[in-house]
Amino acid sequence: MSTSPAGGGMLDARRLDAVHRQGDGSMQSTSTSSTSSTDSGLRDETRLRIVRRQRIQDFLFHKVTLSFSLVVLVALIGILISLAMVAWPAFKKFGIDFIWTVQWDIVNEDFGAAIAIFGTVASATIAVLIAVPLSFGIALFLTETCPAWLRRPLGTAIELLAAVPSIIYGLFGLFVFAPLFAEYGQPALQSMLGQMPIIAPLFGGVMNGIGILAAGLILAFMILPFIAAVMRDVFEIVPPILRESAYGFGCTTWEVVRHIVLPYAQQGVIGGIMLGLGRALGETMAVTFVIGNSQRISASLFSPGSSIASTLANEFGEAADLHLSTLFALGLLLFLITFVVLAMAKILIIRTERGKGLQT
Amino acid sequence: MKNLIQKLAVAAGTLALAVSAQAADITGAGATFPFPIYAKWAEAYKKSTNVGLNYQSIGSSGGIRQIRAKTVTFGGTDAPLSGEELEKDGLVQFPTLLGGVVPIINLDGFKPGELRVTGEVLAEMFMGTIAKWNDPKIAALNPGKKLPDQNITVAHRADGSGTTFIFTDYLSEVSPDWRSKVGKAAAVKWPAATSIGGRGNEGVAANVSRIKGSIGYVEFAYAKKNNIPYLQLRNRDGRFVSPDDKTFAAAAAGADWFSVPGMGISLVNQRGADSWPISGATFVLMYRNPDNRAASNEVLKFFEWSFRNGKDMALELDYVPLPDALTKAIMSKVWSQIAR
Repeated sequence: MSTSPAGGGMLDARRLDAVHRQGDGSMQSTSTSSTSSTDSGLRDETRLRIVRRQRIQDFLFHKVTLSFSLVVLVALIGILISLAMVAWPAFKKFGIDFIWTVQWDIVNEDFGAAIAIFGTVASATIAVLIAVPLSFGIALFLTETCPAWLRRPLGTAIELLAAVPSIIYGLFGLFVFAPLFAEYGQPALQSMLGQMPIIAPLFGGVMNGIGILAAGLILAFMILPFIAAVMRDVFEIVPPILRESAYGFGCTTWEVVRHIVLPYAQQGVIGGIMLGLGRALGETMAVTFVIGNSQRISASLFSPGSSIASTLANEFGEAADLHLSTLFALGLLLFLITFVVLAMAKILIIRTERGKGLQT
Repeated sequence: MKNLIQKLAVAAGTLALAVSAQAADITGAGATFPFPIYAKWAEAYKKSTNVGLNYQSIGSSGGIRQIRAKTVTFGGTDAPLSGEELEKDGLVQFPTLLGGVVPIINLDGFKPGELRVTGEVLAEMFMGTIAKWNDPKIAALNPGKKLPDQNITVAHRADGSGTTFIFTDYLSEVSPDWRSKVGKAAAVKWPAATSIGGRGNEGVAANVSRIKGSIGYVEFAYAKKNNIPYLQLRNRDGRFVSPDDKTFAAAAAGADWFSVPGMGISLVNQRGADSWPISGATFVLMYRNPDNRAASNEVLKFFEWSFRNGKDMALELDYVPLPDALTKAIMSKVWSQIAR
């Protein structure tokens, strides 16, 4: 096996070859005798062999990794098809009206998706409305005005918030947040906003501490770290030269953020919001705990409702026949809603990256 | 999307577990209500016979699905199948335990069993037609008690459940209004304007204990263990009773189990001076001509052993075992239909 070194690249290839051979016990004796005799002729032969082997390895590696990625695609399509198959009887029975029918009567097998879609969209919208300004402030502080020593611990703390399991948020929401919200939050909201024209009905009704608004608030906590992290990252990619130039002109911090950072990072910010929205739409356990699980639409945000995910989580165990098929139909709708949201986020992020390339 | 995938994974996992369970073990799936006692019986049974039980508590409908798919040797359900359904699938059904559902409340100054209502009033409270605690109909049943001017919030199960089936079965029995507008099922459309759903007994109990002026319903064992104030109910004989193992047994005592094919009688609103009106049983489903007779025989052996030796264990966990006469009748009249 001991051949004199001839060129850096060759040496590496040789070593590689030797390792392979040592692994293969049967080959070892024959190769040892042949390599030592005629050096240059064999080198070409070996080189060819190495190239061929590497080609096969590359080919195999390519196919193997391709198949891994295809598994994901196949699984996704498989889930979609199986969902649609089981959901078919529900769509056949209720037609397209299923989407906007306000009814959920299990006993008489009369179903509509509107209640669950409303709950899903309303709670997610509240969450985004609350989480976005907060995340914006957090990201702004971390990238613009935060003292250097605080930046890292604070950033880590926000990322840790994302690592809290959703069931913990649910338990916290039901046992800690809801009683406090019922005692202090809801009466305050009602006395402040309950008298205003137009929006007054939103804050009427019984104050139990759980409902659509409570679910939206808990969801806001859950998606906040995601949006804040994305915002911080896109704020950080703003070229320092732009920022410094603006400061050089005598701009205030707010002016820099408003006219330099935000326009530059705009689409990335929107992408981050979309990611948060996607998560809020599909969140199950935390929402199930605090949304109240009542199958009705009410004007008040204090009143209990239900989301698609919470309905699925609650009713799967005991569902049969048409009810089961309806739950699958709900699942399919949630799939489509989240898919659209995530696809929009992807498109926006791709655009941001392109824009970045153009501007720097 | 992620959650849906999880759901499917869980469903697949349940199937896989049920299929891949060791041949020596008994496999069953279904109602969650009897799961703790089946688990306890199984532990004791394993010690004496070395045969284990793998019971997946996936809910009554799940149990019916699994036994129909033949992935398990027996299915468990709280809502009994009708005679025709049993006939269609070639199934045999028998009860294994009794239990009861109790209405629980959160009303300042009222201890367990202090407040009394009738079934009709209870139905109206859950309907939302009685919306305040100081309603004259409640006051008339509780002379001398000071009832607060407080809104009633209904707390119900959000997940489909045998407990809800038994409870709504009772409300349908006592209130024609409830029967026509809501009906009985493992999950129903709750009519009261202020109704809140919680997951499982613990979810309902958490909502009731948190919300002042709320009323809900849970399995008796759960209410007892957590010392939650419950209501006294007037039974069919006109007497006010509190829930306990004796009043559940009293409800079952007068029942004519063999009047319905598959023994699927309803135990709610039974006659008897001491019977608790919201009582029920949990059932087991098995094939008349099982594909695997050895496995089927093992199930029968397990329940025979449990009927003989498991009574004290059941009482410890606040379940009500079936009376001896009934278990004898099950073993002779029902099990004889199963091919050994």
